[in-house]
Amino acid sequence: MPDVVVIGAGVVGAACAHYAARAGLDVVVLDRGPVAGGTTGAGEGNVLVSDKEPGPELDLAVLSAGLWRELAGLGGFEYEPKGGLVVAEDDEVLAALTALAAGQGVEHTVVDAGRLTDYEPHLAPGFAGGVFYPQDAQVQPMLAAATLLREGGRGAGRGTLSLRTGVTVTGFLRDGERVTGVRTDRGDIPAGAVVNAAGTWGGEVAALAGVHLPILPRRGFILVTEPLDEPLVLHKVYTAAYVTNVASDSAGLETSAVVEGTPSGPVLIGASRERVGFDRTVSIPVLERLARQAVELFPALAARRVIRAYCGFRPYCPDHLPVIGEDPRAPGLYHACGHEGAGIGLAPATGHLIAQALTGARPGLDLDPFRPDRFDPDRSGTGTPAKEG
Amino acid sequence: MRPPYELVGARPDPAFEISVDGRPVPVVPGQSVGAALHAAGVRSWRSTRFGGRPRGLFCGIGVCFDCLVTVNDVPALRACVTEARPGDRVRTSAADSGPEVSGR
Amino acid sequence: MTRVYDLAVIGAGPAGVAGALEASLAGLDVVVIDAAPRPGGQYHRHLPDSFHALRPGALHHGLERFMRQWEALRSRAEILLGHRVWAVERTGGDAAGGTAGATVTVRCLAGDREERPRAVRARALLIATGAHDRPLPFPGWDLPGVLTAGGAQALLKGSLVVAGRRVVVSGTGPFLLPVAAGLARAGADVRGVYEAGGRFGLARHPLLAAGKAAEAAGYAAVLARHRVPYRGRHAVVAAHGEDTLTHVTVARLDADWRPVATRTVECDTLACGYGFVPQLELPVQLGCATRRDADGTPVVAVDAGRRTSVPGVYAAGETTGVGGAELAEAEGRLAGRTVAADRGLRVPPLPALARRVDRLAAFARALHEAYPVRPGWRDWLRDDTLVCRCEEVPLSAVREARRLGATDARSVKLLARPGMGWCQGRMCGYAVACLAGEDPAAPRRPIAQPVRLGDLAGLEHPLRKDDRDDP
Repeated sequence: MPDVVVIGAGVVGAACAHYAARAGLDVVVLDRGPVAGGTTGAGEGNVLVSDKEPGPELDLAVLSAGLWRELAGLGGFEYEPKGGLVVAEDDEVLAALTALAAGQGVEHTVVDAGRLTDYEPHLAPGFAGGVFYPQDAQVQPMLAAATLLREGGRGAGRGTLSLRTGVTVTGFLRDGERVTGVRTDRGDIPAGAVVNAAGTWGGEVAALAGVHLPILPRRGFILVTEPLDEPLVLHKVYTAAYVTNVASDSAGLETSAVVEGTPSGPVLIGASRERVGFDRTVSIPVLERLARQAVELFPALAARRVIRAYCGFRPYCPDHLPVIGEDPRAPGLYHACGHEGAGIGLAPATGHLIAQALTGARPGLDLDPFRPDRFDPDRSGTGTPAKEG
Repeated sequence: MRPPYELVGARPDPAFEISVDGRPVPVVPGQSVGAALHAAGVRSWRSTRFGGRPRGLFCGIGVCFDCLVTVNDVPALRACVTEARPGDRVRTSAADSGPEVSGR
Repeated sequence: MTRVYDLAVIGAGPAGVAGALEASLAGLDVVVIDAAPRPGGQYHRHLPDSFHALRPGALHHGLERFMRQWEALRSRAEILLGHRVWAVERTGGDAAGGTAGATVTVRCLAGDREERPRAVRARALLIATGAHDRPLPFPGWDLPGVLTAGGAQALLKGSLVVAGRRVVVSGTGPFLLPVAAGLARAGADVRGVYEAGGRFGLARHPLLAAGKAAEAAGYAAVLARHRVPYRGRHAVVAAHGEDTLTHVTVARLDADWRPVATRTVECDTLACGYGFVPQLELPVQLGCATRRDADGTPVVAVDAGRRTSVPGVYAAGETTGVGGAELAEAEGRLAGRTVAADRGLRVPPLPALARRVDRLAAFARALHEAYPVRPGWRDWLRDDTLVCRCEEVPLSAVREARRLGATDARSVKLLARPGMGWCQGRMCGYAVACLAGEDPAAPRRPIAQPVRLGDLAGLEHPLRKDDRDDP
């Protein structure tokens, strides 16, 4: 019997399994599809501290950024500590951006208008300035997830880690309130604990245990250009509007292009935000807006071709915070989902904290803001209030 | 007259030249850049990004993108579906990374 | 973008032209859009006028009939050649089937290098986008000198360029015959036709059945006259050369296509193809339902009148199942008539046409069954054989992705990058699906043709200055 069953072989599930195995636990990871087949497979690979307002998510992001640096030593996936450049359209935005950076307390450099092209030679003229965040990085998310799974059980003193794809969880084994394993289409798997890392589908998994998690899909489109022979974009570059869009509760369309080059040559342009359920129908107006914003940042991109566009579904919680920790309504069930667009970046810290919780170690961060029952009506008024989006 | 021309009884308009990496290549009016290169015995004109492998025509109908060239400074055009025009200056990636276009 | 046509037809091949003509004759206002500068599609690709060919039909089967239809169409419909379609959208109407008020917007790029964006609107859409070659990977398949069979054919039909001096033709399916015969007649030394599946040999070629006997016999006669050997159950399993092809390894195959014995054939050109891939980007963008053809290939599902599952959207030709030009033309005619009838015009029923479609479709199914791709081709690959030409992904990387937990083609692509490059999996998609142990899925490509960001954004960009050169 495994100590832990992790539901979901995306990057968050992989990180949970990785750290749990490193902590000596025997782990089985289940996914109804292949490895990294859900939101991870549609992600850009953002590891950002720059876009987080001061608070619990930023703390999580800073912890995670450090862990990614360390995990990069495993090899097997691209990790680029390229840094992020946030640019401001005018002086007023620049002042807000600079104030935000000061409040964040993370490493950053305020960049004058005249120095922007030192960072990005092809950046459009006319920006009022910006802030450079050296800790922002990029990982290839699918390979990163696969590598965390492969490496988790390797090494002396570690537990085992096995991956079972094509297995669908259909319910939970219970002993009273307590969750004691999972029911699947391939049979029951009793386990000491279960981690729900089902991402955008985390709410459905939670429902199988009779608990409510308000996770909704927030669709995002990404444009991919032709491979460029020479890098045109050196860092992650976006406008300050991105920060407000990330924090927005709007169900309507919001776009603010994040532009970056990749080691394999293409430039990635993300990402729109819309709450339209799991609808994959392509919206040309959304692609047009992303293209326009990317060209506004880098005029030279106008002559480059988009060869691909795809969408994914971010796991959105009404308060924009992930759900991390044991569910008091179903002891033995731990949640690690609802990271919205930051799942790649926040995965290692999430996995690290879950492993601590599973082994009874004192968590490195206060988990209260992330607790699973914070959306229940009878819990409102304590801790972080739930906003309805 | 060459056999295919006999076969269909073709009497094409006079040929013109385009410049490929500075070298003249004859074109029968209406031919694509790729067809003209292939007809001139040039089998490869692009080298791949990672392995530096030589590439030329493969699918011949605009689907595989192996035959990309720069024409008059417009990059990444499919040679097989880009009709050659008199005076076209074609630049190949083989010229950027290797000594010369590999001809036969 | 003010004009709204009754019908937009994408594809000016046999299906598209026949469909557009029927719809025009019935009284619809029709626009025909095709990426190529001349009509004909792949099958009836023909020479530019500048060649002044006296006998253009010499390289074609049935070109005269097609050209008659084309001439009739030209005076009746709007023709947009040199227009590449990168997206189609349907707006208005309702999903429940109401077509009143619904329009389709076809987003094109006009011109082969200037690429001016242009949108065309219509109340109905006929998709006749045809198919491209389906290659299989093998060691050396990316060497210059290795072409698809369709590529060799296109060079000859479209610009009178003989693909090589000493040519080997290999693959499977009836298409190899006209390609080899055309090359031989055009003066190439065709060193052999190697048909991986043809256990019958040329004398009992399936094309001889069901009304194609004369056509098949014609190809056979050409091959005999030029002393071209035809070998069933043989295939080129490796191509060799330093910078360009110098010789190939030809293998005798067992029933599963595993090599039994090999020999070397010197040649400067290889034309190969293992069937066709219908181009489904646009119907998939619109949400048209697909089905699996006899060989597992995804194709657009249509009813007897060529209606897709999306109201106002019709499909004909290879997109609904690969079956050749004759079937495509008949399906196109049927589609054109259905569109006219659905738009309220009086179109007398033509039972003979429906019967003709059924008969030709049955023949196409029989051909699919006669030429399956057998799994032994995987044994031709080595660890370092590129599966994906664009991203240069070797077989070993595909295998590594499988070991990492990629259990389907999509996750193999995400982990190892096959299909991520310029061609977006058009060349390797079939092989990657097979290597992942599944039938190929209908392609999800929201951008069907590369489009400049400036054009997508609707912005002016520096390349616009080229417009001045345009007449």
